[in-house]
Amino acid sequence: MNPFSSGTRLRDMIRAIRACKTAAEERAVVRKECAAIRAAINENDNDYRHRNLAKLMFIHMLGYPTHFGQMECLKLIASPGFPEKRIGYLGLMLLLDERQEVLMLVTNSLKQDLNHTNQYIVGLALCALGNICSAEMARDLAPEVERLLQFRDPNIRKKAALCSIRIIKKVPDLAENFINPATSLLREKHHGVLITGVQLCTDLCKISTEALEHIRKKCTDGLVRTLKDLANSPYSPEYDIAGITDPFLHIRLLKLLRVLGEGDADASDSMNDILAQVATKTESNKVAGNAILYECVQTIMSIEDNGGLRVLAINILGRFLSNRDNNIRYVALNMLMKAVTADGQAVQRHRATILECVKDSDASIRKRALELVYVLVNETNVKPLVKELIDYLEVSDLDFKGDLTAKICSIVAKFSPEKIWYIDQMLKVLSEAGNFVKDEVWYALIVVISNASELHGYTVRALYRAFQMSAEQEILVRVTVWCIGEYGDMLVNNVGMLDIEDPITVTESDAVDVVEIAIKRHASDLTTKAMALVALLKHSSRFPSCSERIKEIIVQFKGSFVLELQQRAIEFNSIITKHQNIRSTLVERMPVLDEATFIGRRDGSLPGAASTTTAPSVSLPNGVAKPVAPLVDLLDLSADDTPAPSSSGGGDLLQDLLGVDLSPATQQSGAGQASKSGNDVLLDLLSIGSPSIQSSSSTVDILSSNSNNKAPVSSLDDLSSLALSTKTTSNAASMMDLLDGFAPSPPAENNGPVYPSINAFESSSLRLTFNFSKQPENPQTTVIQATFVNLSSNTYTDFVFQAAVPKFLQLHLDPASSNTLPAAGNGSITQNLKINNSQHGKKSLVMRIRIAYKINGKDTLEEGQVNNFPRGL
Amino acid sequence: MIRFILLQNRQGKTRLAKYYVPLEDSEKHKVEYEVHRLVVNRDPKYTNFVEFRTHKIIYRRYAGLFFSLCVDITDNELAYLECIHLFVEILDHFFSNVCELDLVFNFHKVYLILDEFILAGELQETSKKAIIERMGELEKLE
Repeated sequence: MNPFSSGTRLRDMIRAIRACKTAAEERAVVRKECAAIRAAINENDNDYRHRNLAKLMFIHMLGYPTHFGQMECLKLIASPGFPEKRIGYLGLMLLLDERQEVLMLVTNSLKQDLNHTNQYIVGLALCALGNICSAEMARDLAPEVERLLQFRDPNIRKKAALCSIRIIKKVPDLAENFINPATSLLREKHHGVLITGVQLCTDLCKISTEALEHIRKKCTDGLVRTLKDLANSPYSPEYDIAGITDPFLHIRLLKLLRVLGEGDADASDSMNDILAQVATKTESNKVAGNAILYECVQTIMSIEDNGGLRVLAINILGRFLSNRDNNIRYVALNMLMKAVTADGQAVQRHRATILECVKDSDASIRKRALELVYVLVNETNVKPLVKELIDYLEVSDLDFKGDLTAKICSIVAKFSPEKIWYIDQMLKVLSEAGNFVKDEVWYALIVVISNASELHGYTVRALYRAFQMSAEQEILVRVTVWCIGEYGDMLVNNVGMLDIEDPITVTESDAVDVVEIAIKRHASDLTTKAMALVALLKHSSRFPSCSERIKEIIVQFKGSFVLELQQRAIEFNSIITKHQNIRSTLVERMPVLDEATFIGRRDGSLPGAASTTTAPSVSLPNGVAKPVAPLVDLLDLSADDTPAPSSSGGGDLLQDLLGVDLSPATQQSGAGQASKSGNDVLLDLLSIGSPSIQSSSSTVDILSSNSNNKAPVSSLDDLSSLALSTKTTSNAASMMDLLDGFAPSPPAENNGPVYPSINAFESSSLRLTFNFSKQPENPQTTVIQATFVNLSSNTYTDFVFQAAVPKFLQLHLDPASSNTLPAAGNGSITQNLKINNSQHGKKSLVMRIRIAYKINGKDTLEEGQVNNFPRGL
Repeated sequence: MIRFILLQNRQGKTRLAKYYVPLEDSEKHKVEYEVHRLVVNRDPKYTNFVEFRTHKIIYRRYAGLFFSLCVDITDNELAYLECIHLFVEILDHFFSNVCELDLVFNFHKVYLILDEFILAGELQETSKKAIIERMGELEKLE
């Protein structure tokens, strides 16, 4: 009985499921069916078992769980009839895989079926074994499969051959047993058996060198002959595809020849003729023919060198490249990529065509082609190639621009023959796709510009022009702002005019316009605006005619909500208004940036870049480096003959170059934080680096891209720490002077890190302030000096302060200086507290306080909690 | 080697899924979903090859049905493209003018044909005639 003929229930179930309008309906039908099937399974129903399993398979395909049917597969496989076994094996392959324990139970049935007298049942068993066998099954059943390789029916032989592949992949030790029977398959005339035999031999060669040697020695000539016969065979309708007899067999044979020829000159030699024949005679107007050619090219490129054949192969790929079919072009690009290493010159000839492929509408072709072009670039062809790529950049898709820009930048940086060309190309890229340019790329550009002293004027003028055209490209704006800041005077005065340039008239106010546009543009980000502020500061002394206007712009930013900008604006404003005498030296042009240092840093090879202490010894090629005067000197405002701040240490060069506090360093350290960040602010302000600083800023990697968003945070730290102190008092004093508006308070201790004092408690009658100090060698312990001030007009007597802390803290209270607090702030009580934080660095301090005192003999009690301790205590 | 074969319609319903490497059921569903997403919206002008994880998908569309093979990255793409076509021709011949409904109602036969065409992820038979004849013999045993 055929369970699948019409009117049976599998068909009905499929209909019912297809008739469902909603997913819920479908689930209901499936649930009902599954319930019925489970019931049948429980009743051990034999008649409908295979029909039920067929239904389960359909349900499985829809994505429902069907594991309860697994045992049914085994029962069906064990039953005697072919239709039952067929469904059983199909279920086994669909519902189970090699990892399930249940599979072990089927090994015995498989063994019996492999020895079955009915060859169709043997076929079923081989098929199941080939698709899902596990390593254990492979070991158990390998002898059966090996024997079946010589079975009289070709259908069994070919299945056994593919089964053997699975077996030797699962258990490579078994490979040698299969070498002899596999090679005998290569003499078959039946295509099915031959193709599976060839495949088996290919896999054997990959797994075992013994097999490779054996097959290479014994079979190469035979395979060459087989391929020759196949290539010359007359039309045979059974295997014909697009005029070619069995292209699949062609391809398998070529692949095996490739494995045999690789690394063996003799074998390679013996296949030269047939490869040449296939390469020249195969029709290339259909996919099948091209598939053979493609395989043939791969073989030619892999086997031992034969110059003539390789030329032929590359020419075939060239033809592929000009094919209209995208698939063909795709494989050609793929193959050329591999061929580049073998024969770069030959591939170069197809450069123009490859370049065309970069502009293809298909993304996968573009991607391949771009990668290939990237490999093909060298010193001689870089100019035309880059020109083409940049031209294409204008019209390319948005989602391709990122890739393309990255590749162009990389090519330009790697092969640029001269600086002016490099700058020109980068400017073009910035104008076209500035928003896609990575940070390290424009940092590098600035380093190059800085080093090309004869091109400063040219560059700044070119940037000025580019800015007029493409002011929407963020990175272009940044570079322009930086260059105008540094070389603005050259722009205005047309200094260093090259012959190729058109003269340009730019007034001082035009130059300031650019910076103003950049800073006021809505889309500009923090980095750009911060850089623009620095540029304005620099112009404030160079462009006297605009100084009022610059001051106004800076003043506007004093109210900026962005701390970084506000801080800069306030600092710069003080410099402009109060420190005329040092301003011009402060804003001098930056020293030339050290290219070698930058490249070393970029490659991560500069040892100092990673260490926290070795930065200052970097020497600069431009000669301005000299032992840097102590910071105190530098800031000693009474001395007008201050050493020019143009001296510079290598460490902070790049950080300062941008005038942006890119330093995550202020957040890194616990101890010594305050003094260090104090210095950082100064450095930033002055745009100089100083080797005398405590180093951590030299660890700053200019390439760290996330630094921008850290800037506000670190500047916040800076501000708060500024209010307090730094290492040396004179240093601190001058800084306060510079930044007036921040009330100083005397440094609590000279050596330890310093924390701002807090108002721990304040009521209408009483104020309690905490001052903190810490011994550097003992970071867990904080000494707090509590100061109580009476805000009322009554004197407090019997003053008692009590405090409680959580368990992770230990508190020790020293005796108070007095128990009487005079009225109206006419005196104070101080008391020292010592807190030991066992969770230092993880939890911050917290404290409950209670203050009891008497006013005119009447008891008063005040309570509170102190949560506002500075972090890091 | 072929990792898996998928036959899906435009809505993403799987009509045939054959895995030659072991995968969890949940992983299979994920793969089927991802492959469908990859192929369904590709411009017909584009290549029939898409990279998929560490492998590549060779796919071909026939009316509303997508035939996708997942193969090794070094395999001959064009050969597998031709292979899909041969499979479709065999189906067409067997069902005489195959349509999606044939594949739905006779899914077990489609698996049977596939098992005669590909085994263990490798091509087993390249003659359409041989496969059709073999199927005839198997049908007689039912």
